Amino acid sequence: MNLSVVPVSYYLVLSAVLFGLGVIAFVFKRNIITIFMSIELMLNAVNLAFVAFARAHNHLDGLVFVFFVIVVAAAEAAVGLAIVIMLAQNRQSLNVERVNLLKF
Amino acid sequence: MSLPFLIFAICAILAVAGAILLIAAKEPIHSALALILVMISLAVLYLLLGAPFIAAVQIIVYAGAIMVLFVFVIMLLNMGVEERTNFSKLAKYAGVPLGVLLLFAIAHFLAHSSAGTAIANGAAGTASSSTRDLSTQLFQQYLFPFEATSILILVAVLGALVLARKE
Amino acid sequence: MEFISQHPVLVASIVKIAVLLFIVMTALAYLTWMERKLIAHIQSRWGPYYVGAHGLLQPLADGLKFLFKEDVTPPVADRLVYTLAPFLALTLGLTAIALIPFGPPSIPFPFLRGQEAFSVADVSIGLLFVFAITSIGVYGVALAGWSSNSKYPLMGGLRSSAQMISYEVSLTMSVVGVVLLAGTFNFNEIISGQQGYYLHFIPRWHVVPQIVGFLCYLTAAIAETNRIPFDLPEAETELVAGFHTEYSSFKFAMFFMAEYANMITVSCLATILFFGGWLSPFPERWAWQLFLPGAGLILLGIYCAYDTLAEMRGIARIQLSVVTLLCLVGGAICLYPPVAAVIQGPFWFTTKILIILFFYIWLRGTLPRFRYDQLMSFGWKLLLPVSLANLVVTAAYFVFGWVKHG
Repeated sequence: MNLSVVPVSYYLVLSAVLFGLGVIAFVFKRNIITIFMSIELMLNAVNLAFVAFARAHNHLDGLVFVFFVIVVAAAEAAVGLAIVIMLAQNRQSLNVERVNLLKF
Repeated sequence: MSLPFLIFAICAILAVAGAILLIAAKEPIHSALALILVMISLAVLYLLLGAPFIAAVQIIVYAGAIMVLFVFVIMLLNMGVEERTNFSKLAKYAGVPLGVLLLFAIAHFLAHSSAGTAIANGAAGTASSSTRDLSTQLFQQYLFPFEATSILILVAVLGALVLARKE
Repeated sequence: MEFISQHPVLVASIVKIAVLLFIVMTALAYLTWMERKLIAHIQSRWGPYYVGAHGLLQPLADGLKFLFKEDVTPPVADRLVYTLAPFLALTLGLTAIALIPFGPPSIPFPFLRGQEAFSVADVSIGLLFVFAITSIGVYGVALAGWSSNSKYPLMGGLRSSAQMISYEVSLTMSVVGVVLLAGTFNFNEIISGQQGYYLHFIPRWHVVPQIVGFLCYLTAAIAETNRIPFDLPEAETELVAGFHTEYSSFKFAMFFMAEYANMITVSCLATILFFGGWLSPFPERWAWQLFLPGAGLILLGIYCAYDTLAEMRGIARIQLSVVTLLCLVGGAICLYPPVAAVIQGPFWFTTKILIILFFYIWLRGTLPRFRYDQLMSFGWKLLLPVSLANLVVTAAYFVFGWVKHG
């Protein structure tokens, strides 16, 4: 087997594994910041798939998508972390299970 | 065993290890460090895939800005070790196997799909032209989404300001 | 031997990295000496004087002292992160320097054809990579502050991460104008784009059209490296020593070295982007500039000789005479035309870096520290709008066709 080049499928499998781990982290973590981080992990996994596909099809659209994903992730992190800070100030806890009311 | 494959293997192992560490760590800051590890190894993989601009943006924006923000918030709140509460039995006994199953299903599908059998070249392409092409693409074909993201960022800034404002 | 001929890039890179690491480490050590000496003279003191002539062996003594101190880890500290932080800071500080070209790419690496001698890696988007590396540099400071598990370091870490994020925006924005002018991210292309002269003698450096960008860059760079007047993260009057309060021994020294490495990096960047990198400020027809490095070294040697005979006593006299000898021999070698031709690029590069570093130290000796709210409002309300305006004006130049894109 010639391994001088890495097949795209390897990247895709890696991307899938990372996405799955992100899902698991999302479900199992209790700290709201860590949950947020697992979302970022999933976004990263998707980005890897995008870049791999862009390479496979020799097309730049995938890279443009990654660019947009990163921008959106940045915006999301800014607002999300502001919300987290508000939450922590009001509840004195970062555990998502203690944030179970719609209004407080 | 060639150099691109070796680099791929190392980075893949580091990325998966980082993701597992993210789940296993009790301290939020350890999770954040693990995630930074994942991001940096992904950036190296982007280089391998011939996308140096995206690799640089990945490190500058993801590792250098977003994760710094996370670390900053963790430090600011300094809430200590994550408390493990009893989570539902359903998640434990149905969620994990299903998650693993999903993972394998996706991996299997991807590995055998037509796209997956295509070959990715290990060596980085002509990078400067790639960056130039990317910017041309971004500012011509994708001009509207690009402008829309700028509005999105503006909205995010306003949102963060409103949330952070003292009443 | 076969391995060398098969992997010329790898071997050349490793050799260059080793040499560069040696030079940079020595430069770091003597930068501390230069800083202490200059600050002392600005404040009418003598500075280090007792270890070696003019305190020239002081860095060595400091290094030894750091090595032999007890390495204390606070019992409540997060051990892993506490150990990781100084390594991270120093490694990232040194990595960025690998991307800097210290001389023209036309000069070949000895013994290995096709390799350039003066840059470790000539990356097509070098500028972005340097920014990528400096942007992760925040972690060293932030993690050090957090992992010490102590009040003042935490405050220092928080301040530094907020400060570095804020000023990184202006830093990047102020450089985009140059990128627009040069049309590339590659350092060598940026530098060679600055060849030529206005009115036949003023060098066509980017600092002329981008003077606003340069001033923004300089200010943001000082803040980015946590130097006075922006050294809030380690403000000793308020925070003991900021993020490295709990650090001792060599870990503390590593933070110090990282700070100086960052100073060198931002000075290199300023030189490349605004001052034409390894280009000479004089027109090529002035042939005598070829002998400038050698002449400078010999002049230094003559001064040292005078100093040895007139001022020094005892062992210092022997030490300084060694320095004199080195200067004179080095100067004589640099006067030899083939060597002089090779040494041109690095000579101008180092000279420019030293001038910028001198400016840094001068600022430290002159300005008081900012207050934290002043720092933030300065960064966001003045620096960022000005660098954005600079960017818009530069872009307008291109859009309305006032200048031809090179």
